Amino acid sequence: MDSQDFRTSLFAAGLLVDGGVDGLYHRSFAFEGIVRGVERYVTRAGRVADDHRFFFSPVMARSALVSAGYVRSFPDLIGVLSSFTGGDRELPALLEDLESGGDWTTHLSALDVALCSAACHNLYPRFSHHAVSRDGQVFEVQGVCFRHEPSPDPARMQSFRMHEFVYLGSPEGAFAHREEWITRGGELLRALGLDIAVVVANDPFFGRVGRMLANGQLEKELKFELVAPISSDTPGAIASANYHEDHMGLEFDISLGDGEVMHSACFGFGLDRIALALIRRHGTDLESWPSDVTERLGMDAGGFGRS
Amino acid sequence: MPSLLDTIRGVVQAHGQMPVDVSGLADSADLYQNGLTSHASVNVMLALEDSFDVEFPDALLKRSTFQSLEAIAQALETLGVSPGAH
Repeated sequence: MDSQDFRTSLFAAGLLVDGGVDGLYHRSFAFEGIVRGVERYVTRAGRVADDHRFFFSPVMARSALVSAGYVRSFPDLIGVLSSFTGGDRELPALLEDLESGGDWTTHLSALDVALCSAACHNLYPRFSHHAVSRDGQVFEVQGVCFRHEPSPDPARMQSFRMHEFVYLGSPEGAFAHREEWITRGGELLRALGLDIAVVVANDPFFGRVGRMLANGQLEKELKFELVAPISSDTPGAIASANYHEDHMGLEFDISLGDGEVMHSACFGFGLDRIALALIRRHGTDLESWPSDVTERLGMDAGGFGRS
Repeated sequence: MPSLLDTIRGVVQAHGQMPVDVSGLADSADLYQNGLTSHASVNVMLALEDSFDVEFPDALLKRSTFQSLEAIAQALETLGVSPGAH
């Protein structure tokens, strides 16, 4: 089954509905039930204190996109919101283009808000210009993320959810957090019946400069992905483990209090991709899924997996 | 005329955003250990391309190419840059 067959089967089963643009989907209650089941399942494994857990808005401060280095490294993936900021004198030109089928969006201006690039990018600004403890803190965060990479492959959604466990603290603590979560995340996903491999990976940095950053990331083994078949037999990433070294600490000016720059690491579960991988593995008929899997996810026949 | 290594040293000093004085570094000193970041190494790479009118092929766009002044010189020589005066 290739990605197009898989997409067709998702639509036929009513699990996803075409959102009208490549990479954009509306979720059925049944699909949402899987996503929320995975969310509950990984939350139980994370055991983070309530005051270290955040559900971020899909829209974030544009400045965070800049500080995270995302504009510089991934200008082709970002989404910045725009709106009409003119007055009565400027409106007719917009309406003229709108009515003539012209490009009315040229009359809009970029706002100070952007679509969330990665859930953890909302976390670092909270500590900007401050010190965090060398002992380290773990945060559990979730966000609706956006990547401008339109594709008919359902595994490559433009809008998707990321559930992360993020460590802020010492270099040793950040590295250990990532290593621990590669193991724990792999165990959790395998227990759902998924065929998981752990591979060293790189982010899709832009252009020739990006090639160099990607090669550096690979050489230093800063990023690992947990991959499984999603929309085709070729495995795709359903979770990723990243050691940022001092990148976020430098960009957001976060120290360890003794002059040393904070290090950070994150482990992110791609909730929608995990749901898709589970559907590929266990079928589009959720009623026929193995009971141990549905029990782990707390799913039942009701919408959103209420039980 | 400055040597190839002197010219490279000048480019790294100007574009490497390094916390140390590059003129005091040995040709073989590890630039990353002396504070060269991944993003700054990209600036160095682009500045070297402008200075020497060359283009680094994909195979050379890696961390080890910019590990030291000496390593950069070796990479430039493979692109046809003369090791002599510049």
